Amino acid sequence: METAHPAGRSWLWLILLIPYIALLWLPFYNDTRPSFAGFPFFYWYQFLWVPLTSLLIYVVYRGLK
Amino acid sequence: MSGSIPVNPVAMAVFIFFFLLVTVVGFFAARWKAGDLTQLHEWGLGGRQFGVVISWFLVGGDFYTAYTVIAVPALVYSVGAYGFFALPYTIIVYPFVFAVMPKLWQIANAKNHITAADYVQGEYGGKWFPAAVALTGIVATMPYIALQLVGMQVVIRGLGVNGELPLVIAFVILALYTYTSGLRAPAMIAFVKDIMICIVVIAAVWLIPAKLGGYGQVFDAADHFFKAKGGATGILLKPTQFTAYASLALGSALAAFMYPHTMTAVLSSSSAATVRKNAIFLPAYTLLLGLIALLGYMAIAAGIHVKSASDVVPALFGTLFPSWFVGFAAAAIAISALVPAAIMSSGAANLFTRNLWRPIVSPDMSSSSEASTAKIVSLVVKFGALLFIVFLPTQYAIDLQLLGGVWILQIFPAIVFSLYTRRLNTPGLFLGWLVGITLGSGLAISQGLKPVFALHLGDATYPLYIGLIALAANIVVTFSISAVTPKRVNDIV
Repeated sequence: METAHPAGRSWLWLILLIPYIALLWLPFYNDTRPSFAGFPFFYWYQFLWVPLTSLLIYVVYRGLK
Repeated sequence: MSGSIPVNPVAMAVFIFFFLLVTVVGFFAARWKAGDLTQLHEWGLGGRQFGVVISWFLVGGDFYTAYTVIAVPALVYSVGAYGFFALPYTIIVYPFVFAVMPKLWQIANAKNHITAADYVQGEYGGKWFPAAVALTGIVATMPYIALQLVGMQVVIRGLGVNGELPLVIAFVILALYTYTSGLRAPAMIAFVKDIMICIVVIAAVWLIPAKLGGYGQVFDAADHFFKAKGGATGILLKPTQFTAYASLALGSALAAFMYPHTMTAVLSSSSAATVRKNAIFLPAYTLLLGLIALLGYMAIAAGIHVKSASDVVPALFGTLFPSWFVGFAAAAIAISALVPAAIMSSGAANLFTRNLWRPIVSPDMSSSSEASTAKIVSLVVKFGALLFIVFLPTQYAIDLQLLGGVWILQIFPAIVFSLYTRRLNTPGLFLGWLVGITLGSGLAISQGLKPVFALHLGDATYPLYIGLIALAANIVVTFSISAVTPKRVNDIV
């Protein structure tokens, strides 16, 4: 759906796909280790993707301005 | 835990205080950013003038509902890691919102569209397919409103009050201020709601693990609990749950902004840039949601036992917190039911008025009679939901809400693909929608109203979210039929 954008920097839109890959590929993070502050990996990894996703969207937002 | 809890006067007083506060706010909201409330875009979209901050509170208040606060920890408490799909779901929804919704906002603003079905009508003309889109939205939203009531019922029961009377009172108040103030009421109440929920969650995730010996202890306790329990539970997923977890997250994310209430919240923004900026900041709520989900494990670690898993949050708070805070938390959750319920009922009312009543029954409607019809329909919708909860088993609402998610996903091609391609037409979209709805409902019913169907491909079995399977069939049909039938007529705009 990103390709329809006429702007020259349309590759930027691909950045938005990163969270999908990171969170929908379960074998990658379905583990207890390494744990962090008592949180098994499965949990803190998903929590970590909240600010990371915000950041990636921000990068795209700035890049397209 | 029925009837056994005595009513605590302090908790009750705090609860009633905050409830009265939002009632006053709700009625006062009519005068806020004053507009002509006899016009539907003023009543139903707050005049499309909400900037980044108000929109942030509104979407947050609307999307993260009371039912979420009750149901997500309940699922985590019952099955563990699997219940956490709400977290990836509410993360990956935002890149989608960022990429797609501003575009929809621009078209809706330019053509004064108020609903998703308006947009479909504007793109493809006709009245029957837009009516089908509208009907899908209404039918998917009704059980969702009913579940907000369930959320409210659970917290009121947690305060030791049984029976339906408090629920009826709360809903009459809600109905009245939505009637007078329209979308301005939930927008203003959302401020109070989001701040209260934030306080409750931060206090809970800070204080409860401290009482239970830290997060390590909480996860250990949950781990032991699920090992003893057995089955498809645990603090990690079983490999057989991977595709179910991922497809539920993805399917829910694609469905989330097809609902009338989320669509309304997006369209009420003041600009496409507002929508974009909010996609950056809205994930903050997802952190809260993830922490709320952890309450399920905390309840396990605290040794909470409940007959119905949905009582787990009130039971946890009731056990560990002083009574004034119990009242505050209960009010926060109850108010979390009011905001989405108000927006859902006005979203459904807008659909009914603009895309069913006006085109099919009363084409010569004036714009002020449009607004007054929508106001009355929003009352009908709310009382429908109330009657549903009072007279029918809660399980019906839960089952219907699940089906509603499958159904609403079937308008995705008409809304989203239409923004990017001109290759689709009404016959293709209509047939695709029909196939998706039929297949999705059929699969869900064949599974005893469970959201997941085990798809066999060769030797392997992949359990997948039914909504996504139906959407795939829908997309194939939509594109094939569109390819072999004439192009859409009102092409050159």
